[in-house]
Amino acid sequence: MGADERGYGIVKPQDYEFGEAGRGVRLDNGQEFGPITVRYETYGTLNDARSNAILVVHAFSGDAHVTGIHHPSDKHEGWWSGMVGPGKAFDTDKYFIICSNVLGGCQGSTGPGSIDPETRKPYGLTFPVITIHDMVEVQRKLLEQLGISSLLCVTGGSMGGMQALDWAVSYPDFVRSAIVLASTARLSAQGIAFNAVGRNAIMSDPAWNEGNYYDGSPPGRGLATARMIGHITYLSDESMRVKFGRRLRKREAYGYDFADLFEIESYLNYQGDKFVERFDANSYIYLSKAMDYFDLGDRYGGLKEALARTKAKFLLVSFTSDWLFPTYQSKEIVYGLMKSDKDVSFTEISCPYGHDSFLLETERQGEIVSSFLDTVNGK
Amino acid sequence: MESRQHISYDEIVNIVEPETKVLDLGCGDGELLHRLIHEKKVHGRGVEIEEEMILRCISKGISVFQGNLDEGLKDYGTKSYDYVILNQTLQVIRSPVLVLEEMLRVGKKAIVSFPNFGYFVTRLQLLWTGRMPVNPQLPNEWYNTPNIHLCTRRDFTLLCKQLGINILDEIALRNDRPLRGLPKNLFATEVCYVLERGTERNRGPQV
Repeated sequence: MGADERGYGIVKPQDYEFGEAGRGVRLDNGQEFGPITVRYETYGTLNDARSNAILVVHAFSGDAHVTGIHHPSDKHEGWWSGMVGPGKAFDTDKYFIICSNVLGGCQGSTGPGSIDPETRKPYGLTFPVITIHDMVEVQRKLLEQLGISSLLCVTGGSMGGMQALDWAVSYPDFVRSAIVLASTARLSAQGIAFNAVGRNAIMSDPAWNEGNYYDGSPPGRGLATARMIGHITYLSDESMRVKFGRRLRKREAYGYDFADLFEIESYLNYQGDKFVERFDANSYIYLSKAMDYFDLGDRYGGLKEALARTKAKFLLVSFTSDWLFPTYQSKEIVYGLMKSDKDVSFTEISCPYGHDSFLLETERQGEIVSSFLDTVNGK
Repeated sequence: MESRQHISYDEIVNIVEPETKVLDLGCGDGELLHRLIHEKKVHGRGVEIEEEMILRCISKGISVFQGNLDEGLKDYGTKSYDYVILNQTLQVIRSPVLVLEEMLRVGKKAIVSFPNFGYFVTRLQLLWTGRMPVNPQLPNEWYNTPNIHLCTRRDFTLLCKQLGINILDEIALRNDRPLRGLPKNLFATEVCYVLERGTERNRGPQV
């Protein structure tokens, strides 16, 4: 695939609002929840047969802004611009791409930081505890609104992969193919452990105040620490060694004082601080909890039984250096699909960037994804 | 190597019954599976270790799993396939016995093809030159060959007997054409077997 340097250009975020108090979607906790706002973006054109729609689902800290820019002055494109755009693997010249911010998020869709219409105050911890399946239900409402009743493909990495799996199993007639990257059918104990430490960091920040901080200063230290821990799990030993090594920041030799800062420390501080500017601490708590709860087989009596429902053709990709969502977790899904004779391909890409590989490695992944989509699209 | 493999694809396509389930171990670029799917309407799936080959399979729309055969087939159900194929791959795997046993657990039948090291040209090369044979069937030098478990036709049939594996059919080829009227041990360049687990395990010495 030749490198296509065309960007997508300007895209306008849109909002879909539906439901009213006590009506909207039925959540896994039994509650009918509404009203709900969904922030979404679309790219490319829906064809007349409405058969070229691809739903991209974002990962934990992502948003609806997959590719392109919002303003001519924007320096950076959306979070997956290496994979989505004209001439890219998810080719916006061929496909109609939709991405929405998840329920519980903080980048335009309804989440714990949104105003509860009944109290006229932010929900905070009165926001219902949500699941991956609840996110999918909200996306389905959006697609209904957009007049889409069949997806050529649903795709996502990490927490996005969980949603893609849930889609293919919950709505077998809706999903023609699924591309699941660096993901799992259930979060591992190790994954839950890291999420728990992140939540703990936030909740131990006095500014968190049981989730009521919206009229004051947010629990920035706690959230930054949570992000630092998260970031470590997204990298790998190799990528840290190559990128940072043991180099010091602004010093050549040790000063034997606490002004000594290793490059890796400085990087994590920067990532933590940057995250606080764009992310809500309560969303961190809710979304990480949703990931903890995720177990695809749970509602169907087992993983094999759940996967037997799907009619989608699958592509699963894992990465050699990903220790947060290791290869065996992707293989478990593949074997489950094989047991019910589903069409499934699996590849493990050699890549040093850890869990973040699915965002950073676009060459190999791009080739595989575009070949796969061509065959699903009937070429 | 390429052109020879395509000839033996013909043999395998002929053997496989239509509309069956086929697992191709070491499926390469997926060409054999592609033919089986289109000519025999089989439900096919491949296992391959090389990334580049995985991409080629996916481009053909073939379901392929990136995996190492030496890890066995433990996640595949017993008798879950009609045929398990190992085409020109037996000689490169670390544990041929394990893989053969696994193929006949997972598949009702196994199809195995490999170059016959007992081919007279190969024998004479070793005898006359005192060097490891290099010829169109075995194109690599000893130091860069992927082949770590070469065997002769007779070695293989003996192993089958020891493992209690029945040979249902044998196709011997000499330079891509069916071999007729000549001793297979000496004149086959390549052999292809259809195997089945014997009802009674008549094991010889432990292998």
